[in-house]
Amino acid sequence: MDESRPIFQQIAELIENDIIAGALPEATQVPSTNEFAAFHRINPATAGKGVNLLVDEGILYKKRGIGMFVAPGARDRLIAARRDRFSAQYITPLLAEAAKLGIEPEQLAAMITASPKGGAR
Amino acid sequence: MSAVAEVAGLTKRYGSLKAVDDVSFAIETGKVTGLLGRNGAGKTTIMSILTGQDFATSGEVRVFGESPVEHSAVLERLCFIRESQRYPEDFKARHVLKAGPWFFPNWDADYAAQLAEDFRLPLDRRIKKVSRGQLSAIGIIVGLASRAPLTFFDEPYLGLDATARQIFYDRLLADIAEQPRTVVLSTHLIDEVAGLLEHVLLVDQGRLVLDEDADELRGSAATVVGPRAAVDAFVAGREIIHRDGIGGLASVTVGRLDPAERAEAAAAGLELAPVSLQQLVVRMTGSTEKEFDR
Repeated sequence: MDESRPIFQQIAELIENDIIAGALPEATQVPSTNEFAAFHRINPATAGKGVNLLVDEGILYKKRGIGMFVAPGARDRLIAARRDRFSAQYITPLLAEAAKLGIEPEQLAAMITASPKGGAR
Repeated sequence: MSAVAEVAGLTKRYGSLKAVDDVSFAIETGKVTGLLGRNGAGKTTIMSILTGQDFATSGEVRVFGESPVEHSAVLERLCFIRESQRYPEDFKARHVLKAGPWFFPNWDADYAAQLAEDFRLPLDRRIKKVSRGQLSAIGIIVGLASRAPLTFFDEPYLGLDATARQIFYDRLLADIAEQPRTVVLSTHLIDEVAGLLEHVLLVDQGRLVLDEDADELRGSAATVVGPRAAVDAFVAGREIIHRDGIGGLASVTVGRLDPAERAEAAAAGLELAPVSLQQLVVRMTGSTEKEFDR
């Protein structure tokens, strides 16, 4: 876990990543709060806070007495939200580092075009 | 959120020494609270007073709404595992587990037996002969199997190996997930338990210096690293928690930075590093400031 941010936000993000990657398809059940807590060795209340954050955002929904499920359309909505943040999160720091090293934006664009497709995953 | 225990203006003097100095806080029901601080900070004294094993010099102490002193209705709902718990001469671990239900109405004998197996505790060896780590394991088993609504663990794992500590954390998490109970954990191994804690109380020299939700504390401080002049310009006017440096480099820990301030630091060519709970505690309770500036 990253030390600079609340754990519950990170739990929510991990679930989001699984939904985006397709590991948790729509309408499937997500692990229980206690399973998340045991797996990440965190307090169950904290894990619950992370799950509830996604329930509030409509990414997950609760089936009473059964558990949490991925909402229809969750993946598309998450991808749209991540795209909105992409520029601030990745492009801005990339440009800042490039400027520090004297790499012009045009050069940077050429480097991106020349780099192997798919990148290192 | 309701409080299972509350203290107000708690002070404990031993002669001229103020072991606990005007401390006020509440322990919330169903949470895992970390009681952190250096050796001799007053942690054990606070827990002893909360469990009715020591008397306050002044101040209010309420546990389950009442004074814990000589009050069996309160005491039977408490379990206090001390760092060096003593047992009667010639006791075997088996006898300790057998005595559990005499003190704890919620005692779970099956759970205790399972834990003894998990910790590989030799039940038939005399306690005088078991290793320091196994002695700690006995305390942990008693604390967990007591299923006491309010359980205190005071540095419960002296001599316990990394595997056994991990078993302790896993069993504790599983237990609180199943049946909510309030746990107060005093420890120096802060990095190991950071994810378990929901609330943090930090004491230093008898005084309470921090009373905060663990999630709030994450990101509540950041270390700014960079050329000394740039760092000094950035941190000017801020509360500085800690600083050190070497040569022309300075590394200064300051309080929470908002996104605009983070962007400002990045624009000034400064690096920001997160501060872990353990680092924060060390920086808030340490007095050394070392700066090598030749």
